[in-house]
Amino acid sequence: MSTINAHPSPGAKPMRWETYKHEHHWRSAADEFDAAKLGMWLFLTTEVLLFGGIFCSYAIFRMLYPDAFANGSGYLNWRIGTLNTVVLLFSSFTVAMSVRCAQLNKQRWLKINLSITLICAAAFLAIKGYFEYYPKLSAGKAPGAWFSYPWAHNPEEPIWWGIYYAGTGIHALHVIIGGGLILWVLVRSFKGIYGPKNYTMVETSGLYWHLVDLVWIFLFPLLYLIH
Amino acid sequence: MTAIDTTHTQKHHDEGSYLDHRGLGFWGTIWDWASTVDHKKIGVMYLFAVLTMFFIGGVAGLAVRAELWEPMRTAEDGTTTGVLLNFGTPVQDPDTGEWIRSYDISPGQAGNTYNRTFTLHGAVMIFMFIVPAIPAALGNFFLPIMIGAKDVAFPKLNLFSWYVYVFGSLFGVIGLILGGADTGWTFYTPYSIQTDADYWRVTLMVLAAFILGFSSILTGLNFIVTTHKLRAPGMGWFDMPLFVWATYATSIIQVLATPVIGITLLLLIFERVFRIGIFDASMGGDPVLYQHFFWFYSHPVVYVMILHGIGIISELLTVHGRKHIFGYRAIAFSSLGIAGVSFLIWGHHLFAAMSPIAAMVFSALTFIVAVPTAIKVFNWIATLYKSSIAINTPMLYGLGFLFLFSIGGLTGLPLATLSTDLHLHDSYFVVAHFHYVMMGGTVIAFLGGLHHWWPKMFGRMYNEKAAMLGFALVFIGFNVTFFTQFFLGTQGMPRRYASYVDDFQTLHQISTVGSWILAIGLFIHLFTFLHSLFAGPKAPPNLWGGLSLEWEAESPPCAHNFHHEPLIKHGPYDYESVVPPHCSEEDFPLPKQRS
Repeated sequence: MSTINAHPSPGAKPMRWETYKHEHHWRSAADEFDAAKLGMWLFLTTEVLLFGGIFCSYAIFRMLYPDAFANGSGYLNWRIGTLNTVVLLFSSFTVAMSVRCAQLNKQRWLKINLSITLICAAAFLAIKGYFEYYPKLSAGKAPGAWFSYPWAHNPEEPIWWGIYYAGTGIHALHVIIGGGLILWVLVRSFKGIYGPKNYTMVETSGLYWHLVDLVWIFLFPLLYLIH
Repeated sequence: MTAIDTTHTQKHHDEGSYLDHRGLGFWGTIWDWASTVDHKKIGVMYLFAVLTMFFIGGVAGLAVRAELWEPMRTAEDGTTTGVLLNFGTPVQDPDTGEWIRSYDISPGQAGNTYNRTFTLHGAVMIFMFIVPAIPAALGNFFLPIMIGAKDVAFPKLNLFSWYVYVFGSLFGVIGLILGGADTGWTFYTPYSIQTDADYWRVTLMVLAAFILGFSSILTGLNFIVTTHKLRAPGMGWFDMPLFVWATYATSIIQVLATPVIGITLLLLIFERVFRIGIFDASMGGDPVLYQHFFWFYSHPVVYVMILHGIGIISELLTVHGRKHIFGYRAIAFSSLGIAGVSFLIWGHHLFAAMSPIAAMVFSALTFIVAVPTAIKVFNWIATLYKSSIAINTPMLYGLGFLFLFSIGGLTGLPLATLSTDLHLHDSYFVVAHFHYVMMGGTVIAFLGGLHHWWPKMFGRMYNEKAAMLGFALVFIGFNVTFFTQFFLGTQGMPRRYASYVDDFQTLHQISTVGSWILAIGLFIHLFTFLHSLFAGPKAPPNLWGGLSLEWEAESPPCAHNFHHEPLIKHGPYDYESVVPPHCSEEDFPLPKQRS
């Protein structure tokens, strides 16, 4: 917990973070904060294991059908993928900065950083949907039994698309959930809830957002770059 | 910031029991429970929910046993006898065109109903009863009290996970009303992809299991953080009761294994809804991959079920034996050992689907899990040695557990051995083995724990004689039901069949009669508990002379568990040297010092 205790306007009505009181079953706010962080890290462990299933299926089917995977990967546009990687990496930077701003009581920049993160989340989904899912699906490159792309080179290509859509789809779902969390934190930051004495939610939702980024960092090379 | 804040503890100085609803009115009471963040109330709500599910699953189990009373026989004229589970099929009357229900049934249709019934039994018992039963009901209630905390780390999350549990169970019940699944609780592919392809019911059942997984993860996460961060001042890791150690080990498995079933079931839903083909061999997918994924969760999760029972037994044997636990650290670490090894042995569920080398490795790893388990059993027996055993219902369940769990554990060894497993696999031997561990282990421990802590939870005594009678019937009924199934299995009766050759009929009938005795025993417990709730005499705060912190609280505990933050003055098992709280030395005499 930061010890910085900035009072921007002495005499004025205190902001909500200044009067923050930890919940009654904790001995101190520091304990409460540590516990929230431990809880979030444990939850991130479960998320890693969840995606572990996807990565494991990827490894197995890549080993079984290397040609189908090379073909399928060739249809992906690495430029769009790189753009999305940059968008997510940048949003990870802004979310980390928002935690720092909360610790330093820079209320204005806290809101700006959170808003940029939110815009990045929306941009990621828009790019993914408009430049990737939509043209691929309309060309018939759909998962499994829905696959109808007439010029496929390899009979196992539907499996590749199954893995591709399952992996990026579940990741996109996490982007939506993470974006929702950030939005919630943003709304509450307008009420002055977060500051040096209370930035637990900014930090934990930031951690979650980093995981969303991290998963993409693995999905991107596996799907786009390895042929 | 780090100074201990005492203002809150003093505020609630004169508060009443957590069950005190005076002045709230009917709807006020309902709302009070529905919106509570008190871990005790949430524990009680879980108890109510899981017992409801136990009832549904139990009725399905009795139906399965009843169907097996006689084998199905089809006479030359095409009429089928020996079918009990006949709910009829809708057919159109050829004359009037009306839809009527026909009870003419072919063996195939009868088998279909049977499949749905045992799937219901398995899925409800596993996902909705036995996984959440002890952790979420007894664990929720007692974990914070035992470590001297006012609540779990995240009380709102705790309430949320109860609602997730109810929501998930609701999906299961809807799936059931729509006709249920006939896949078995394991949802093995490719069958689970193809069956009832036009209906939502299998998807709904899978979705139910997926949602219930979230509840399980959130509860486990909450307990881990609680154990780490909320122990009372002075309570080190090795001052915790072993029930807390067991909860901790269980929670680790819940947090690490459940996400894998999450992704597996999610992929299975994708498979059914979007046909992505990963588990579908006709599209180049791999059905065995599903089994690996499934058992990577579902084998560790059987230790979720049993480890908590193990924790309860350590409490029962010491409190009612008035003796220090033998080998505290060995029991604590063997819980963690079981949790660790549990992740390495899933392969023994699919020996036939892997290379001989892999099968041998999994077989060897499976034997390893017997080591920490045996350490526990030997420590309990050493604890019992020269202890002064009180014969009451909790202790009877404790002793019954040792007996049944040993049978369950030892019959696991022939199943871990490749050569014998070839013969016994998918037979009633497996059914008997896991019922001895799950029911004879976990459910017996759960019932023992429930009787042990019931006076603490509700502040009322139950009728000891009725409870002992219930125990006797449960114990006898259980053994009659499932010991016969070891014989059936070794003689070649395959599991999950609605019918069988005539030679097996006697053993099947003995097993079915046993299931009735078991059910009567459980109903006696139900009525004993209901009677206790409404008419039981008031229970003193430390009925059994226990030393762990829950016995320092009142019966039932006050809203914040303790009036003052408890101080740790003695270990949870120092029965030889400490007079229990709220008790005098006449009630629980200390052993005479040997000269």
